[in-house]
Amino acid sequence: MPLVEARSLTKKFGDLTAVDAVDFEVARGESFGFLGPNGAGKTSAMRMIGAVSPVSDGYLQVLGMDPAVDGPEIRRRLGVVPQDDTLDTELSVAENLLIYGRYFDLPRPLIRERITELLDFAQLSERRDDKVEPLSGGMKRRLTIARALINQPELLILDEPTTGLDPQARHVLWDRLYRLKQQGVTLIVTTHYMDEAEQLCDRLVIMDKGKIVAEGSPRQLIEAYSTREVLEMRFPVGVQETILDRLDGLAKRTEALPDRVLLYTDNGDGTAAEVAKRGLQPESVVVRRSTLEDVFLRLTGRTLVD
Amino acid sequence: MAIPAVVRVVEAHALVYRRTWRGSVISTFFSPVLYLLAMGVGLGSLVDAGAGPADLGGLSYLAFLAPGLLVATAMQTGAGDGSWPVMAGIKWTKTYHATLATPVGVRDLVVGHLGWVGLRLTFVSVVFVAIMAAFGAVESWAGAMAVVPAVLTGLAFAAATTAYAAYLDNDTGLSTLFRFGIVPMFLFSGTFFPISQLPDWLEPLASVVPLWHGVELARSLALGIPTTWSPLIHVGYLLVWIVVSTLVGFRMFSRKLRQ
Ligand SMILES: Nc1ncnc2c1ncn2[C@@H]1O[C@H](COP(=O)(O)OP(=O)(O)O)[C@@H](O)[C@H]1O
Ligand SMILES: [Mg+2]
Repeated sequence: MPLVEARSLTKKFGDLTAVDAVDFEVARGESFGFLGPNGAGKTSAMRMIGAVSPVSDGYLQVLGMDPAVDGPEIRRRLGVVPQDDTLDTELSVAENLLIYGRYFDLPRPLIRERITELLDFAQLSERRDDKVEPLSGGMKRRLTIARALINQPELLILDEPTTGLDPQARHVLWDRLYRLKQQGVTLIVTTHYMDEAEQLCDRLVIMDKGKIVAEGSPRQLIEAYSTREVLEMRFPVGVQETILDRLDGLAKRTEALPDRVLLYTDNGDGTAAEVAKRGLQPESVVVRRSTLEDVFLRLTGRTLVD
Repeated sequence: MAIPAVVRVVEAHALVYRRTWRGSVISTFFSPVLYLLAMGVGLGSLVDAGAGPADLGGLSYLAFLAPGLLVATAMQTGAGDGSWPVMAGIKWTKTYHATLATPVGVRDLVVGHLGWVGLRLTFVSVVFVAIMAAFGAVESWAGAMAVVPAVLTGLAFAAATTAYAAYLDNDTGLSTLFRFGIVPMFLFSGTFFPISQLPDWLEPLASVVPLWHGVELARSLALGIPTTWSPLIHVGYLLVWIVVSTLVGFRMFSRKLRQ
């Protein structure tokens, strides 16, 4: 049985349908992602899985239980890293973990052992007795992850774990999550960063406006919806509109964004040479591999982060 | 609701308190001393020399005032603990969201929070009664029982403000509550003078306020004098406030934290 299973899962806030009849399954040991822009319904879906928000319609099973019936039991076996920091900033790093462990009814000596291990894991051992308030954003996130692990959950759900962090802090965090995955913890991650989804997820769904528009591994998705390479070209202001028809037939697909043109092709350099042959002179030319961003663009006509 | 979960919530409050107690403990000791000195002894000497004893049933002003202040202080403590900390848990630090991601449920959270406020009220009231005794404002050991109505009154206000704070979307409503609710109640609910001194049309209004019922009970216990109505009515009224406000609090918390 999948660890989490949703059929026609729906969340409504009044007239607004935040999650619109989605189906997905998460297997044990898997690292599963929800990729989508702001407002796609990722948090709403995560809150239902976390048994803190009632399901409006459809079927949802988490760890073999129904969140409407067994909410406390599900939450006992889950770790949650919410989108916003919810640490008690007046308390020390260790005290935050102690309080949390007590909510799970763990005995104090056991919690103390786990605090030492978890702070080591989160690279916060030196800050053990410091107040949370002055910690950096990355440290707070790592502490939140440590806190979510205090009950040794089988399933860890992370809502935008690296949003707002600088690149280095993100890499540290990804590394920690990768280790957890190695230890067999099942991860569910939401993100609006395609690189995060590619780094962390074995399998993901792309969400837009409450609906799932595609599902697969990052590779499968790129293969199914994009080409191997992308040729990105910028033209001087005002020129792009006038030359678009001269790009016809060069690539499998052409995408004109406000500031650049994307040509989807399996051979970027070859296509770039043909562009030059047609006498076009872009200001800049970049050939890169396709990403999930391209998949999203193809499926929705929009970019992930605007 | 699960008893262990409620206890865990109380425990978490105690842990937070261990970090933050200093400021509140100082005012717990000083504000009764200041009030009893200024109003009870200072103003009291004027009242006792004038028409006071006649309207106060032969009591000294200090003796009349002290039980009222005890309960009014409990009201302020309860209302304070039920307001900004609740708004913080829901909206500012969001720690309630973290708590509710664990096996702890909304009811555990609300009852645990009020349980903690009850403990704090007990401490504040015991200190207050001890200071009253030092001022010679408690007639007998039985007078120490005035702690009970003080705690009940504090809880009635804590439960009501908790529900209200959870209902509000921002804290301007809380400032309004204190300015136009708590402060007038503090002044006009029989703490500083008997409500019989109020204009006739205001008297019934004062008797709706839980504070007045608590003050009646505390004064009766501290001084060994009868209450206005049956003590059972006064106690029952406070209990109804506590229970109904707690139930409303469950709904408000669910609306904000479990949608
Ligand atoms: N508590 C709520 N009340 C009303 N609308 C909400 C609430 N939470 C989310 N929404 C709406 O639901 C939609 C999806 O939001 P959310 O699940 O937070 O998306 P995401 O996490 O992908 O950014 C948005 O339009 C958002 O405004
Ligand atoms: Mg979100």
